[in-house]
Amino acid sequence: MPEIKVTPLGAGQDVGRSCILVSIGGKNIMLDCGMHMGYNDDRRFPDFSYITQQGRLTEFLDCVIISHFHLDHCGALPYMSEMVGYDGPIYMTHPTKAICPILLEDFRKITVDKKGETNFFTSQMIKDCMKKVIPLNLHQTVQVDDELEIKAYYAGHVLGAAMVQIKVGSESVVYTGDYNMTPDRHLGAAWIDKCRPDILISESTYATTIRDSKRCRERDFLKKVHETVERGGKVLIPVFALGRAQELCILLETFWERMNMKAPIYFSTGLTEKANHYYKLFITWTNQKIRKTFVQRNMFEFKHIKAFDRSYIDNPGPMVVFATPGMLHAGLSLQIFRKWAGNEKNMIIMPGYCVQGTIGHKILNGQKKLELENRQTLEVKLQVEYMSFSAHADAKGIMQLIRMAEPRNMLLVHGEAKKMEFLKDKIEQEFSINCFMPANGETSTVATNPSVPVDISLNLLKREMALGGPLPDPKKPRTMHGTLIMKDNCVSSLIFFSDFGCPWLEHQLRFTCRVQLQDAHSDSDTHIRIYTHLKSVLKGYTIQHLPDGTVMVESIVIKVSSSPEEPNTKVLLLSWSYQDEDLGSFLSTLLKKGLPAALSSM
Amino acid sequence: MKLYCLSGHPTLPCNVLKFKSTTIMLDCGLDTTSVLQFLPLPLVHSPRLSKLPGWVSKDGTINLEKELKECAGRVFVDSQPEFCLPERELLDLSTIDVILISNYHCMMALPYITEHTGFTGSVYATEPTLQIGRLLMEELVNFMERVPKAQSATCWKNKEIQRVLPGPLKDAVEVLTWKTCYSIQDVNSALSKVQLVGYSQKVELFGAVQVTPLSSGYSLGSSNWIIQSHYEKVSYVSGSSLLTTHPQPMDQSSLKNSDVLILTGLTQMPTANPDGMLGDFCSNLAMTIRAGGNVLVPCYSSGVIYDLLECLYQFIENANLGSTPFYFLSPVANSSLEFSQIFAEWLCHNKQSKVYLPEPPFPHAELIQTNKLKHYPSIHGDFSTDFRQPCVVFTGHPSLRFGDVVHFMELWGKSSLNTIIFTEPDFSYLDALAPYQPLSMKCVYCPIDTRLNFHQVSKLLKEVQPLHVVCPEQYTQPPPSQSHRSDLMLELQPPPMPYRRCSVLGLPFRRRYERIHLLPELAKSLVPSEIKPGVSLATVSAVLQSKDNKHTLQPVPKPLPLPPSKKRKRVVEEPPEVLAPKPLLSGSVPLEAFLAVLHKVRVSLKTLNTYLAC
Repeated sequence: MPEIKVTPLGAGQDVGRSCILVSIGGKNIMLDCGMHMGYNDDRRFPDFSYITQQGRLTEFLDCVIISHFHLDHCGALPYMSEMVGYDGPIYMTHPTKAICPILLEDFRKITVDKKGETNFFTSQMIKDCMKKVIPLNLHQTVQVDDELEIKAYYAGHVLGAAMVQIKVGSESVVYTGDYNMTPDRHLGAAWIDKCRPDILISESTYATTIRDSKRCRERDFLKKVHETVERGGKVLIPVFALGRAQELCILLETFWERMNMKAPIYFSTGLTEKANHYYKLFITWTNQKIRKTFVQRNMFEFKHIKAFDRSYIDNPGPMVVFATPGMLHAGLSLQIFRKWAGNEKNMIIMPGYCVQGTIGHKILNGQKKLELENRQTLEVKLQVEYMSFSAHADAKGIMQLIRMAEPRNMLLVHGEAKKMEFLKDKIEQEFSINCFMPANGETSTVATNPSVPVDISLNLLKREMALGGPLPDPKKPRTMHGTLIMKDNCVSSLIFFSDFGCPWLEHQLRFTCRVQLQDAHSDSDTHIRIYTHLKSVLKGYTIQHLPDGTVMVESIVIKVSSSPEEPNTKVLLLSWSYQDEDLGSFLSTLLKKGLPAALSSM
Repeated sequence: MKLYCLSGHPTLPCNVLKFKSTTIMLDCGLDTTSVLQFLPLPLVHSPRLSKLPGWVSKDGTINLEKELKECAGRVFVDSQPEFCLPERELLDLSTIDVILISNYHCMMALPYITEHTGFTGSVYATEPTLQIGRLLMEELVNFMERVPKAQSATCWKNKEIQRVLPGPLKDAVEVLTWKTCYSIQDVNSALSKVQLVGYSQKVELFGAVQVTPLSSGYSLGSSNWIIQSHYEKVSYVSGSSLLTTHPQPMDQSSLKNSDVLILTGLTQMPTANPDGMLGDFCSNLAMTIRAGGNVLVPCYSSGVIYDLLECLYQFIENANLGSTPFYFLSPVANSSLEFSQIFAEWLCHNKQSKVYLPEPPFPHAELIQTNKLKHYPSIHGDFSTDFRQPCVVFTGHPSLRFGDVVHFMELWGKSSLNTIIFTEPDFSYLDALAPYQPLSMKCVYCPIDTRLNFHQVSKLLKEVQPLHVVCPEQYTQPPPSQSHRSDLMLELQPPPMPYRRCSVLGLPFRRRYERIHLLPELAKSLVPSEIKPGVSLATVSAVLQSKDNKHTLQPVPKPLPLPPSKKRKRVVEEPPEVLAPKPLLSGSVPLEAFLAVLHKVRVSLKTLNTYLAC
């Protein structure tokens, strides 16, 4: 029986280094190729030795698909393609293809230049890797080879994020990447059609959360920022350069405009301006409202938000600073945090999820003393606020997507095991479908049951449809007969045709049988007596008495003859076709018992 | 399968394909050449136009002074300009299931088809086609509505009267179907029926047919369409280009193995080389400016203008035109320039990689930033204060009958220093200029039509090898003006099937098979037997389920086990309740083995023979 296998190399009961292997219809596909923010050693990247112990991956993979540009989904790509070795196609959407190399280069710089690591991928490797990328358009059906096709759907989450459908024959898998089921200020909501995949692989970051309305969250956020600025404090908002940053910028920009606020808002430089430019050029990937009005006013041209300079860190007075990276694990955001952490007037707002092991994760868990390198400690006095602005689907959103796509099986990745467990139960209860949650390196197998496509002669089909009437009657199924030709064992060239037009192929097999019967009547009367008898025994069958005396039950012919010597010994000749074998043998047995003496003539 | 041809214009097609159970309209082009019969609509009062004499027949019996005006020996209709619509009587437009649009020039008749006709289907187009198509329609409506004309001339359309009119008005066809422009409400309502599709997206229509747009290389988002079932494939080729301009290159290989290829939208200028024309354009432009004259370029607000601006971007520095102002006037000028920058996915590779940097794909962004190119919604407002001469003006409409271009013709026509350069191939420039005669300004004709020429198309057809080709009749003979050029026509084996307005063609198809699915349980129960090496047979008895044009075969349901009852103790007496189906017998009988078995059960050959004999 055909089956689909799914093995996470990363993001199995975990968040970070998303990398999922799917085997479907003899094809192997890698979904995402990310890094883990919480580790600085080998565990940073997925364990590609699972695929092969030595040598390149090219011959083991048919394609690699990257869902979006976040590093936990694409951070290991140059390592995989250039250092482990993979020359096959890599698919991603246009915005992802545009932005991903910039984030990779940034990641490389922090790792190699700042932390001084060696044995890491180089700038050239990022370039070589990106040459293998084939851009995907939304809803475009891309034929990877003759059998494997992929199709991207809009996922929300960040600019260019996509869900992908992978299809071989009638088997299919949908991988969501990260997605968002509610539209926000700059992106639309994820959407998929009722494609009924065999497996839906979904992220489950917020598996147990049902978030309150977005409006409340935004109001809370603005209130906190406002209060801090009013009392002269500084607000630090660690973000990734692309994604939530733009969302929050639009939010603050409109608030500053409305409230006529004067405190400066800064955005850490470098990526920012470039980032906003990407949003302007890829405006078709943003939400309806921004797209509609972009000619008059481009939402990504900010009036109140200015570039940040390191020297501003010690500036007096209130300010709001967006700084990268988002989990406080390195870079400018960490530097600013160290400076501002000691003052209780200040505030840090964490707008997204933080991976275990990062400083972001520690302070969110209420840690008040942080150990830094060189045995220094840092006291955290500033207010720490967490506001879930990550554009992930919450439990409600995940259920909504299941309702949209109607999968036959569900598989959860990109979440914490405990939360997954809860959601898994909920899904199995509500939809009565299997839900899997494999750990890294563990394989989930789903047996599929694909139907077999066959060519049918149009004549036969039309005749059958005409006979069957417009609607099939469930009580009286009509059986159609035909013959299937298989050439060269190739299932796809099956031809289904009727007996018509191919007489050389069809045989008639008829059975005949003699039954002796004592019946003191004339032959024609015996015919009538048989007819009457059968009529009373057999209900629901077509029984005819033909003009030449023959009795017919369906296709079974019964004839009576007798010799002049023994007029009372009747010889019944029964003849039936192979198709009526059951009825024929029943009749012969029945008639052997003789006819009842008193038969009322009708 | 049938094809109904509703338009006779080869580059503005409108065909309806009936395929399986679906009715599909392919494009709805609006033939605007009819406006050449009308007087221009000036933006400000023109004493010259208002003083033109009315027309009275020579013998004085027919007096149409009010409706027809004479200018330099030609007669023009003095009325709101009218367009020649696709045929609306040939078939019931409310039966159309879907409309497939190939590019924004071929959708201008959409509101006439989808509004007030009972149309309930949907329209498929790519996002750039929809957005730019919307701009062009809005522009057209704006051009018409801002200079309303009180009178509408109808008398001249009377058959008896039209017969005696001077040419070319006498020879105008289908004049009774001509209609004035639609309203903005109709445009909005028509465009709300559009569903967006991407290249290579497979769209299922009622489970019976699959349609797929393919890149055609002609304009932003322009597409050819594949209409196919499992066994039949129709390719619809409309406005395609193999030249490297701004759009994504044409997808040729997906057109392979078509049963029928409908070919429309070839170049209207088969003898003009677009690159050469672009060169002429630049040199004439530079010459005029240097001599102190102005240049007027009548053009559509999207399409070739992007290429013209890109060409000028490189040219003006070298030609020392850095200080010459370039103006682009259109109610949708700003939108058109902005929209062109956001469709990275639909652009050629070079432009795509610019977006990755990130830089705007078209250099006109820089022209605007450096103030070399300025755009205005019309001649009124800011433009009148900024206006400096000598300058270059890009503006519509290319027919010279409405839009801001009319104003510049009146303004600059009298001076031989000025030049008008025609780049759009849709209108004959002599006809376009007729109501402005006598003119002193220079006229340069550099039509740039990037669509396939006959040489390219015959090469393409050789490669994709369709079984049959259907095309407008114009393509099956050389153009009337160059009747000796047998290279300017399609020569194919078998010869193409020509169509004209109102043709109904039966397409040569024999549908023999349909796709059906065997449910896995049924497939498992089949017992194939090999009848000759490589060929196996299995007899099938199954129940047919047909739903939404999808067919499946299910196993015959097993009879429910009957509840045991006293009556049923004597099993034999009960006839079999449900006829368990027995498959048909087929295949060759292995005679030797058959006889051996018969022998085993003691039937000798002799008895068999006697049996067979009787």
